[in-house]
Amino acid sequence: MPRKPPSSRKVRSAPGLLLLVGTRKGLFVMKGDAPRRGWQLSGPHFLGHIVHHAVLDPRDRRTLLVAARAGHLGPTLFRSTDFGRTWKEASRPPAFPKAATGEKGLVVQHVFWLTPGHASEPGVWYAGTSPQGLFRSADGGDTWAGVDGFNANPMHATWAGIGQDGPPDGATLHSINIDPRDPSHLYLGMSAGGVFESTDGGATWRPLNKGCAADFLPQPDPEYGHDVHCLRSAPTAPDVLYQQNHCGIYRMDRPGDRWTRIGEKMPKAVGDIGFPMVVHPRDAKTAWVFPMDGSTVWPRTSPGGKPAVYATRNGGATWHRLAQGLPAKDAWWTVKRQAMCADNRDPVGLYFGTTSGEVWASTDEGKRWRPIAEHLPHIYSVEAAPL
Amino acid sequence: MNVAVPSPLRSYTDGKAAVNASGATVAELLADLDRRYPGIRFRMIDEQDAIRQHIRIFVNRERVHGLGAHLAPSDEVIIITAISGG
Repeated sequence: MPRKPPSSRKVRSAPGLLLLVGTRKGLFVMKGDAPRRGWQLSGPHFLGHIVHHAVLDPRDRRTLLVAARAGHLGPTLFRSTDFGRTWKEASRPPAFPKAATGEKGLVVQHVFWLTPGHASEPGVWYAGTSPQGLFRSADGGDTWAGVDGFNANPMHATWAGIGQDGPPDGATLHSINIDPRDPSHLYLGMSAGGVFESTDGGATWRPLNKGCAADFLPQPDPEYGHDVHCLRSAPTAPDVLYQQNHCGIYRMDRPGDRWTRIGEKMPKAVGDIGFPMVVHPRDAKTAWVFPMDGSTVWPRTSPGGKPAVYATRNGGATWHRLAQGLPAKDAWWTVKRQAMCADNRDPVGLYFGTTSGEVWASTDEGKRWRPIAEHLPHIYSVEAAPL
Repeated sequence: MNVAVPSPLRSYTDGKAAVNASGATVAELLADLDRRYPGIRFRMIDEQDAIRQHIRIFVNRERVHGLGAHLAPSDEVIIITAISGG
């Protein structure tokens, strides 16, 4: 039986918005006014650090967590409980267990993804790392431990392709989704492994990849090994899953367990390859993607140098182009998987950050776009939060 | 003993380029540094107790490759951050 959807969330009438912009050279914070027209940029925080993700805890709306590493130094997490005025480093950042003598242990190269825990579990956070591991904190991100059901699972090395070829910056565990109806129901995505689900708080996991292409593997429909770029469950209908995959855009309606490629309805000249996937905060049939060129040798730029957001309003049956205000040509940037998000206003605001350091915003669900920051470093993540 | 701290790690040492720490081995020295400056060790040494790729530790101008190297109180320890790219 399909689960009962949660009641619709109330639209906040917050006076302003916060955008957390993680870049290759530090964290920038943008404060927007109520109409979302005026934006103030502050930062950089942690100048010179690679910031893969920065997230404000929606439960207390005070705690900021930042996943960072520097070129020379190992990975860590920084925390602030006063909107970034002061910072403290996590006293025990995510780390794999020390291996027994003579055995080779894993080493966290960077923390890639942060997800606040369920509303009923204040202080709980999840983190995804490279190499692909899942970590949990129960104290607001100060100390972290591996989720043994995943990291110590006898299948972990196989699922996560440990020791095998991966992306140039390392395979990443990301897209940790927590069912708002059930804190023990989790989904995650791996850039070399696929989608996995747990219904017991992370004690056990199973692959959830049927129907999803993996055209870089020899098997026609492998159980795992897929390249998930971004996985999102619909906030008000968590049984609806959307996935931007290396091999197209997909949707799955639970309790079904087979992905349907909804990206085939995208224009052929654009294709359905990209990194981010954003779902409307109140309408499970509305989602946005940012296509990139996945043809020939995979340039991973805006197709034809003409960046555009594509939206569906009907769960992927049709897509339409949203490019008003974006460069009409000669713009060869793209948008990474954490670098596009929505706010919870009505109409919804959308935001994305580019590999060339610009932040773009729309206050009308993507119809019109304007730049709100430029000349930043290469952007890895953009997260919106009400002030 | 005197430990030279490179600029990427001086956020831990209140900006100091050189600090005092003690230990009979590099492992003990790093543990003492971490007691004095919490968090500094993990930025240099990974969870498998290996010196991170872009960190170099020299004792009396000789590079050490592991944490078991012995130290004397008069030794000079220099930590250097090596080329890590842009």
